[in-house]
Amino acid sequence: MYAQRPEARPATVEVLVDGQVVRVPEGASAAAAVLLAGLPALRSTPVGGAPRLPYCMMGVCFDCLAEIDGVPNRQACMVTVAPGMRIAPQRGARVAGPRA
Amino acid sequence: MSGHDLAIVGAGPAGIAAALEGAALGLSVLVLDEQDAPGGQVFRAVERAAGDPALAGDYATEGMALVRAFRAARGVEYRPGTTLWHIDTDTLRLSLLREGKAEEAGASRLLLATGAQERPVPIPGWTLPGVMGAGAAQILLKTAGAVPAGPVVIAGQGPLCWLIAVQMLRAGAGPVTLLETTRGSAATAALQAGGLWAGRRLLLKGLALVREARARGLRVVRKVRGLQALGEGRVEHVRWEGNTIPCGTLLLHEGVIPSTHVTRALGLEHRWDAAQLCWRPTLDGWGATSHDGIAVAGDGGGIGGWEAAVATGRLAALDAACRLGRIDTAERDRRAVPHRAALRRALALRPFLDRLYAPAPEVLAPADDSTLVCRCEEITAGQVRAAARLGATGPNQAKAYLRTGMGPCQGRMCGTTVAALIAAERGITVEQAGVLRPRAPFKPLTVGALAGLAKDDAA
Repeated sequence: MYAQRPEARPATVEVLVDGQVVRVPEGASAAAAVLLAGLPALRSTPVGGAPRLPYCMMGVCFDCLAEIDGVPNRQACMVTVAPGMRIAPQRGARVAGPRA
Repeated sequence: MSGHDLAIVGAGPAGIAAALEGAALGLSVLVLDEQDAPGGQVFRAVERAAGDPALAGDYATEGMALVRAFRAARGVEYRPGTTLWHIDTDTLRLSLLREGKAEEAGASRLLLATGAQERPVPIPGWTLPGVMGAGAAQILLKTAGAVPAGPVVIAGQGPLCWLIAVQMLRAGAGPVTLLETTRGSAATAALQAGGLWAGRRLLLKGLALVREARARGLRVVRKVRGLQALGEGRVEHVRWEGNTIPCGTLLLHEGVIPSTHVTRALGLEHRWDAAQLCWRPTLDGWGATSHDGIAVAGDGGGIGGWEAAVATGRLAALDAACRLGRIDTAERDRRAVPHRAALRRALALRPFLDRLYAPAPEVLAPADDSTLVCRCEEITAGQVRAAARLGATGPNQAKAYLRTGMGPCQGRMCGTTVAALIAAERGITVEQAGVLRPRAPFKPLTVGALAGLAKDDAA
């Protein structure tokens, strides 16, 4: 779990993390928003179904793969938040093909 | 397609310094960076976070100055938020991804300033939610001002552990415990490396950090071995040699290693660095690689820290200007003098640090068979050892046996560990086991993005 420090970085950007409204500072990544929202897991692994949260925060580990604004398999740590961004967990492998 | 004189990949200290030097010498410079603002990981988000008292120090002063100079530079085209996914080594054409769209860029010369990544620390339970790299937690502090809630355990070794402990404590996190894995014999070996007088400025900075950490209440346990992260669904406890403590966030750190993903994918010559226990591209004194048109600067060419990165960035830009005919070799050598001196100063303490904080053998090759080494495909150390016994001679062969290195991270996390496990099992050196050869695309892109590029080409 992570705590914000509004005195240092006020939370001004509203995003949706797994449907829940979260306010985070400008410049935060989607992965940071997930950690600040307190989500227990951002994805479950395609192989064993194990829960994962972001590990490296710098684009190396790919443990933060998420569905962002409807696009699956995005590295959440490499995407900067924008107002209204929808960040959703990815359970198992991403689904290929056109989405409903 | 724009034809710049020099394309630089990475806007950290090395990339920024190279851009400033290159532009000053009249080169047209293109800087590509995956982040949305300059600074690299060390000065990540400095324009937004320099005022955070938790981050006071080099970050707020020298980091901010470097980024300001970069923003003010003329003759530099800066493309943030841009991911490099392919380089054609015949034409130096770069394939990029920006805002979901593929695009291309060209340059006469290419400088890779891709920096470092944290060395993976495969311990039992390191995939549990709540376990992260220590550097990862620092990125959260820099980009979002956030700190862990509840008890924090930093486990591992190196200067960054102390810096992060101090920054967390300044930011009000805690309690913070440092489980230091440095071995008792390391101090003696480190002292024999020397360099303490020449590196005294860095050494004093380090000692000041240790003092501040103590004053702020950091609990330190030394000579820790046998680390394990325990918990159901997330980390709840940390265990080592008979001790167990509660833990909300476990931050692992055993130093950093060069990010060689791109240089390896290009097939550039690399060598195993026995002192830093990592692969690095083979470079000359100007950062030139085994490819005529490609150079490397900064931690991507060997770990030296940000001040060394600035110096190597400037040296590489001087060499680029020389090879492009803007200055002659005498001029290049003359201008290089202060940067060579700065590089020597910045690296003076490195042999001492490399020996003091050399990771233990079990960090490179986990002893426990059930420890996951490939996070993507969930392959254990035991499975890698079994593959080695069946005939896998190195990490490239292991892919066919186990899929290690074939998941989304393309072996960025497991490559070195798999090689070390196979080497130990087969009684060969890591060098003999070989280095993982990644393939393009360096980062995933959608078929749609790729198709868009083809359409643009046809138009």
